[in-house]
Amino acid sequence: MNRLIIINIVRFFILLLVQVLICNHINFMGYINPYIYILFVAFYPIQNNRPLFLVFSFLLGIFIDLFSDSGGIHAAAALTIAYARPIALKFSFGSLYQYTNIKFDAIDLGAKITYIISLTILHHIVLFSLEVFSISKTILVLQKTLFSSIFTILLCFILSVIFSRNTK
Amino acid sequence: MQQIINFIIRNKIFLLFVLLFFISLIFTIQSHSYHKSKFINSANFFTGGIYNTFNNTSQYFNLKSQNQLLSEENNHLKTILYNLEVEKQFPKSSDSTILKETYKLNTANVIRNSYAAKDNILLLNKGENDSIKQDLGVITTKGIVGIIDNTNANYATVISILNTTSKISAQLKKSNHFGTLMWNGDSAKFIQLIDIPKIANIKQGDTIVTSGRSSIFPKNIPIGTVENSKLDNAENYYEVNVKLFNDMTNIEHVYIIKNNDFTEIKNLLNGDNE
Repeated sequence: MNRLIIINIVRFFILLLVQVLICNHINFMGYINPYIYILFVAFYPIQNNRPLFLVFSFLLGIFIDLFSDSGGIHAAAALTIAYARPIALKFSFGSLYQYTNIKFDAIDLGAKITYIISLTILHHIVLFSLEVFSISKTILVLQKTLFSSIFTILLCFILSVIFSRNTK
Repeated sequence: MQQIINFIIRNKIFLLFVLLFFISLIFTIQSHSYHKSKFINSANFFTGGIYNTFNNTSQYFNLKSQNQLLSEENNHLKTILYNLEVEKQFPKSSDSTILKETYKLNTANVIRNSYAAKDNILLLNKGENDSIKQDLGVITTKGIVGIIDNTNANYATVISILNTTSKISAQLKKSNHFGTLMWNGDSAKFIQLIDIPKIANIKQGDTIVTSGRSSIFPKNIPIGTVENSKLDNAENYYEVNVKLFNDMTNIEHVYIIKNNDFTEIKNLLNGDNE
């Protein structure tokens, strides 16, 4: 249990630094950036203290906002996916996920992809609608969501495969 | 009362979610209004320090292009200097004693650039210790960059011209018709100039410069050239698409312009309003 806490703390800071120092400056095709810090929210232990989990996600978001001068958009988006995570879990791993004690390292590929995709799209919709902040530019929001999602999903998936300790 | 407490305990997670979401919404709304993002900005000791350390390494990667820019600028300045020396030898009218230095320049490095978002903000490695204050203009050798927003002792944030909240007065170089520079959030290469009167004869390729009306920027700082123009809905004013001289995606060395008469002008204008 203790090891799990340390892993998550380290993950928090590494993802924060990688996001603000590298990923925010990719600007592929002008505006497409991956937002890999959602991996923290995605792979937080399932048996958790829920209020604490929400606070941690909010803190991660607000730190990224501090670095990128973006008000509170990352905080809001990270908080939303943290709150909606049980729904995504139920959606991708079936309604019995709480009792089967899922290890993220040892789940099958299809379920993992569905899980990452659902969290990413939700996160990006909240993020970009708050960033653009006007209803008349919904098309822009959807466009940004689509392109950045592809990038984020790809990168998150690759990272989760590389860093999983499941050596077959 | 009992029921209220029960309700709170039952829905504590949802209420926590709503509370935190509300806080982030407040920060977001604040950041969308000009000069209001006081709490969440990168001009503080912590974020500024990390960006500074990282930038110390990453600036080596584009040393070559930045050196090129600096040598071009040296070239330009030397030309002016030698021309001045010629003028000195044959003075036209020696009234130089009453000339006061109105604009003072300060150099700084951009340690965080952004151009992909809708409201872009830059971070500079100079702050109040170098007498950088809010509302000073920031330029490069090629054109304008933005206006200083927040400052702390060692860092300052700049509202880029690529920011939907920024408004800068600009004019045509060939005539004195002026308008307002805004950005529609689309491309980092183009910026929009609105409220140019219909009577101004705009052609493609005309140069747009700052108008010097705002007392932030001096007159005649280059901005860009006219790419295309169209009349607005009421058909009274032009909306001009301006191609920037500056490559906003590649900025390293900038100059901060301080207008020594700024407070005087501001006081005068405020007195006028009363």
